[in-house]
Amino acid sequence: MSSMNKPKVANPGLPRNELGLNRRDYEGSMSTLCAGCGHDSVTAAIVQACFELAMPPQSVVKLSGIGCSSKTTAYFVSGAHGFNAVHGRMPSIATGASAANRHLRYIGVSGDGDSLSIGVGQLAHAIRRNLDMVYILENNGVYGLTKGQFSASADVGSKSRKGEANEQQPIDPVLFALTLGASFVARSFSGDKEQLVPLIQAGLAHKGFAIIDVLSPCVTFNDHEGSTKSYEYVRGHSEAPVAADYIAPKQEIRVQYAPGETVSVAMHDGSSVVLRKLDPAYDPSDRTRAAAYVQERALRNEYVTGLIHVDTRRRDFHEQHGTSESALNAVPFDRLCPGAAKLHGILSAFR
Amino acid sequence: MQPTDTADPDYFHKVVDCQWACPAHTDVPEYIRLIAQGRYSDAYLVNRESNVFPGILGRVCDRPCEPACRRGRVEEKPVAICRLKRVAADLREDITPRLPKPPARGNGKRVACIGAGPASLTVANDLLPLGYQVVILEQFATAGGLMRTNIPSFRLPAQVLDEEIGYVVGMGADLRLGTPVASLRDLLAGGGFDAVFVGTGAPRGKELSLPGRKDSERVHIGITWLESVAFGHVGSVGARVLIIGVGNTAMDCCRTSLRLGAKNVKVMARKPRGFFKASEWELEDAEEENVEIVVNHAPKAFVVEGGKLKGMTFERLEYDMAGLEITGQRTVEEVFIPCDDVILAIGQENAFPWIERDLGIEFDRWDVPKVDAVTFESTRPGVFFGGDAAFGPKNIIWAVEHGHQAAISIHKRCMGEPLAERPPRGVRLQSRKVGMQEWAYKNDYDGKERRLMPHVSLKERFKRLDIEVELGFDAAKAAEEVARCLNCDIQTVFHAGLCIECDACIDICPTDCLTITPNGAEAEVTARLKAPRRNPAQPLFVSEPLRQTARIMVKDEDLCVHCGLCAERCPTDAWDMQKSWIEIPHAEDEARCQSAQALRRA
Repeated sequence: MSSMNKPKVANPGLPRNELGLNRRDYEGSMSTLCAGCGHDSVTAAIVQACFELAMPPQSVVKLSGIGCSSKTTAYFVSGAHGFNAVHGRMPSIATGASAANRHLRYIGVSGDGDSLSIGVGQLAHAIRRNLDMVYILENNGVYGLTKGQFSASADVGSKSRKGEANEQQPIDPVLFALTLGASFVARSFSGDKEQLVPLIQAGLAHKGFAIIDVLSPCVTFNDHEGSTKSYEYVRGHSEAPVAADYIAPKQEIRVQYAPGETVSVAMHDGSSVVLRKLDPAYDPSDRTRAAAYVQERALRNEYVTGLIHVDTRRRDFHEQHGTSESALNAVPFDRLCPGAAKLHGILSAFR
Repeated sequence: MQPTDTADPDYFHKVVDCQWACPAHTDVPEYIRLIAQGRYSDAYLVNRESNVFPGILGRVCDRPCEPACRRGRVEEKPVAICRLKRVAADLREDITPRLPKPPARGNGKRVACIGAGPASLTVANDLLPLGYQVVILEQFATAGGLMRTNIPSFRLPAQVLDEEIGYVVGMGADLRLGTPVASLRDLLAGGGFDAVFVGTGAPRGKELSLPGRKDSERVHIGITWLESVAFGHVGSVGARVLIIGVGNTAMDCCRTSLRLGAKNVKVMARKPRGFFKASEWELEDAEEENVEIVVNHAPKAFVVEGGKLKGMTFERLEYDMAGLEITGQRTVEEVFIPCDDVILAIGQENAFPWIERDLGIEFDRWDVPKVDAVTFESTRPGVFFGGDAAFGPKNIIWAVEHGHQAAISIHKRCMGEPLAERPPRGVRLQSRKVGMQEWAYKNDYDGKERRLMPHVSLKERFKRLDIEVELGFDAAKAAEEVARCLNCDIQTVFHAGLCIECDACIDICPTDCLTITPNGAEAEVTARLKAPRRNPAQPLFVSEPLRQTARIMVKDEDLCVHCGLCAERCPTDAWDMQKSWIEIPHAEDEARCQSAQALRRA
């Protein structure tokens, strides 16, 4: 906890986006997380991404469940809509909200406890539905709010602060998502905004479910020697086979890419993501190979980061279910609720 | 880039912009904090240690600190530092018991100070506690030099001068008023002095040799005229007065004229606004009193008919400007402006008719003595110059600093030590952490705007010459203004070895002055800063390589508001907020240094 709020005074040299807002305008209230928490850096990355995309704050919906991670939605874009769901149930709320208004941008923030233990079923089905949202999983391997027990993502052999080793097999959110056929799977690190910010932007541009597993160290309960989710360990054990650059619609590509080494993925909103292959053998469009690659590296104690898999051809939730094009609050009431007689007619059709 | 050497006392000193800009290096944030705590006497003494005359300077200082103030970069207006200094002086209790006292036994050395202005008084202030016998020789019947004769009493009341000069004299100075020095040779030959300090100011006002100058007695030299007013020899002036020149003396002349009966006062400026020498606030104060400042008029002649001054003719000029520079000028027309008195305020210069030129004191081609810029000694060992007498007209706070430096030199000369080996500056740091996230200073940013100085009404203030116009801040107003200070003396101290590169400080910094980035040439690193570098005059702090990635922590010192959030959000105390004391040595410290060395030798 800090003694005071972040002062409103800002650097007068801060750039402004198309809406005339600067980055500070996308901040939320003061974080009450521990000093040095990785989640605060993820928050800063979301702020940066929303600022650079010039998103109107009122077009954003922030959703979360329970846990340290789920507090963070309060700390960015204070002008956005928000819903703090019960533990692990954020995907259901997101599904309902998205069905009611498909034009808002949905940012879900969850943690390894909220997503991989109590909410693992919810997450699985949100992936299957290909819900149009960015799902950021702040992954630190411990239950921080209950004082540091191993979570479902803790690696075998990883040690607690008291020195006890974990024996249970971890759920790797990236492999989990790949198995279920997720259309956008990425992994990043809270301490690497250069990688994380474009991934969030690409995720927001992706039409469908974009899950980003962000290794976000718990500075209080899981940043010691023997931990596999500490700042130092993650820095020393990460490898990105591809680097992703987000290119906004109409933005000219300034970087010169060598031919054959890049793949440009066109997103539905006119933007594109340029993937630079750092490992020439890697193909992010091949789900099976991607899963194998992640598994092989995991056996060598390495985290694969970056945009691991993307498939822009899969139909999203709205296309699958024919949801209303206009937001439900804009549908005239007599169409939205056509009355008892109409309901009776529908019900009789099933008899 | 190379890691910043924060062991160099100048690094942290520069961060405290006000203290760096002050010639005497007054510890401004420290005294402002003491005012905030209601410790006015303590605040006064912190001031006095460096600038000797807080009550005087709190009214009439040239305030180089204020344009330097960081608050003026973060927002528009700097902290009202000068006004707060006056608060410390106005609200202090009796501090006489806390002044340094001369030792019971003197050191047997005698020093003469010529002129009882701020420079000489500072020399006396520094040397008396070391056991020197100091004789101050003053031509007039009052002490204070130009502070008394040239600054009108409606800006600086006599009682304030008397009190603060009294503190110095009270330490045992032998002040001899009405004692002009007619010959330095005689003084050196017969006075039995171990050192002589010349602090006689720049007493000669510049002449304006134009036709008609000598034909009327109603043309006055500004500083001489102010002197006559101060001593009560002049008590009135004509209804229409022209002031030639727009420096601070001109401002004092025009405002004094209004109090002596003038109805229409014009200040005649040769150049456009922006080229005026007067301080911004002195111009404001004069214009508030309806003084008209007439620009682009070059004086041509005094018009005197039948021995009576009728007015002056001017050439009206037009300037070609390229940005802020004049590239050409031409005369448009000649104009006549009627007046009853003219006051010339176009500068002043040194004059040493009483120094014989064969004493070993060399003079340069402008007939100004050659003075060492560090030691303030002339080419004759044992004779020192300071204040306006040394390098021409500056201001009071410079005179005070000259006095401090000359005092060190005089002490070294009298102890037979080399003058050039000066005691070094130092810096002390101490953490300000109290509890988990608590600091021993008020770190929250207060968005309040600068408080305005209340003035005596325009109706009242002209009734007497000595009604002080500025009323000063009361305790309530001072309490609001002190909260604007950004505590630049509470330094952000970084320990690279403790940093885990979690980015917490980067994310929380409200002014985006922190960046973690790979090292490189300055231009590259600058290009990667989180917010663009706006002010290259302000340094970049560069850390040692960080442990995990060998990147560097960079801090742009320009806009840091010293809120301490980087340190609050730092999980490893790699950032710490530490109070700095910049140690500026005075004669007393030099003496302490000497006795320590003597002890070591013994």
